[in-house]
Amino acid sequence: MSTFGMTAVTVRYGERLALDRVSLRVAPGEVVTVIGGDGAGKSTLCRVMTGLVGVSTGLVNRPTGSRIGHLPATSGVWPDLTVSENLEFVATAYRLDKVESRRRIAVLLEATGLADSRQQLGGWLSGGMRKKLGVAMALLPEPELLVLDEPTTGVDPVSRFDLWRLISRTAAAGTAIVLTTTYLDEAERASVILALDSGSTLAWGDVDEVRAAVGGGFFSSSFPGEQPYRWRRGSTWRLWTPQAEGVPVGARPIEPDLTDVLTAAALAREAGVGE
Amino acid sequence: MTVLASGRRVAKRFGAITAVDGMTLEVRRGEVVGLLGANGAGKTTFLRILLGLTQPTAGSVYLFGRPPSRRSLRRVGYVPQSLGLYTDLTVAENLAFRAGLYGVDIPLLPPELTGTTATVVGDLPLGLQRRLAFVAALAHHPELLVLDEPTSGVGPLGRARLWDTIRGAAENGVGILVTTHHLEEAEQCDHLVMMAAGREVAAGTVDEVIGRRSAVEITTPDWKLAFRSLEAAGWPVRLSGRQLRVAGVGAAHVEQVLGEAGITAQIEERAATLDETFVVLARG
Repeated sequence: MSTFGMTAVTVRYGERLALDRVSLRVAPGEVVTVIGGDGAGKSTLCRVMTGLVGVSTGLVNRPTGSRIGHLPATSGVWPDLTVSENLEFVATAYRLDKVESRRRIAVLLEATGLADSRQQLGGWLSGGMRKKLGVAMALLPEPELLVLDEPTTGVDPVSRFDLWRLISRTAAAGTAIVLTTTYLDEAERASVILALDSGSTLAWGDVDEVRAAVGGGFFSSSFPGEQPYRWRRGSTWRLWTPQAEGVPVGARPIEPDLTDVLTAAALAREAGVGE
Repeated sequence: MTVLASGRRVAKRFGAITAVDGMTLEVRRGEVVGLLGANGAGKTTFLRILLGLTQPTAGSVYLFGRPPSRRSLRRVGYVPQSLGLYTDLTVAENLAFRAGLYGVDIPLLPPELTGTTATVVGDLPLGLQRRLAFVAALAHHPELLVLDEPTSGVGPLGRARLWDTIRGAAENGVGILVTTHHLEEAEQCDHLVMMAAGREVAAGTVDEVIGRRSAVEITTPDWKLAFRSLEAAGWPVRLSGRQLRVAGVGAAHVEQVLGEAGITAQIEERAATLDETFVVLARG
């Protein structure tokens, strides 16, 4: 089994730079979570990994089309087919073995909690159920590379939990997975994180590597003080200093979580620290 | 602290269906309250009852000390998930419209939005659209602000700025009710009320809601095998960075299953996360 990814990929849509020298690597059994807000370049990255968009410069390493599973941000579910028909359609399109695909469809319906909804039309499913069906469709051909564009957006915590179980199970079976999310708490679940900001890389690595790369000192304080880099967590303030030495007055050092680290990285980039 | 909105033992039945079943909630001045629930838990119905838009079948509701009315709604600001902005009008036109509606002055723009007055709202990035929706919702100086998933789809910086605005409003005495199923937003609230199937299943601060619930974290190079063994035992296993996590099961059980499979692993019991707690509570 091989490793997939992209190296220094740039994508231009006319004048607009959608991706700017972005690299990523994903090994079998690994989950790379691409995190970023609206307009960060997440969907373009997915489209590059699945071959739907050509690159302006850079290299892409992906398996052939039939070995890629893809959940587009729109879910890819056909609204006028039933849940079963959507899956059977994928089986036909990928020319999967009939008996084997029937067995896999049953397993996936069970794993996504869609077994009781198999006769329901795709267009009638709730947002969460539609995403689950989209993921099941992407998984059906047992891809080597699975690319999921925002599989959990708008999905409630219970369904999100189920989706992460399914994603984890797929990784444990040896699939390489790239998924995008806007939820920072989900990035903590990934083996490797790629944080994107306006098309370029804000951070790359596992949680510890990202934390080390951002560096500096993280503090908690009950008042904002004079620190230029500060944000709120509940009723308290978080402070970040680019240098690790020295504690701001009235603050206490904390072990930052990923939300803190990525917020500091974004603030530093905006201020041009380290450039 | 003054109670701005309160619902006591509120119930709502639609025929045979009970959408809200004995919910109690209060929002005080300067407080950020999070109402959490999965889809279909009854959050929206309960919220509509609190604002007087739907009549409860049972229970009592007070908004600024009186039963909700058209007049009390003028003291409420609301930012729906869809933002409620006119995307084909400019920033200035949106604000002028909102100010005209309430008969108040056109609000000032925060630093990130200066220079955007002539921009059509649909051309702004989502983070700035959300900021603008807040400015518009606060234009008439509401005492209670209701926000539906206020930071979804926004990057880390935009999110920090939005919480700065929300917290700033709370410090000025505004009471804030956030409805969300986004647990990162829940962690920003002072007080949480978790709903499942129309009922309250937990309430309090994040720590109080999690209580003594724990999860088991497993570190092993044999993680793929460990994953399969734990799944075969019927437990909810998930990847967590380079570890595995199982919620709602004791460390001793995990140790036994992994031992029987001949897997050497480091097993540690940790406090459950808010989302693990939520799933355990929502599943009942």
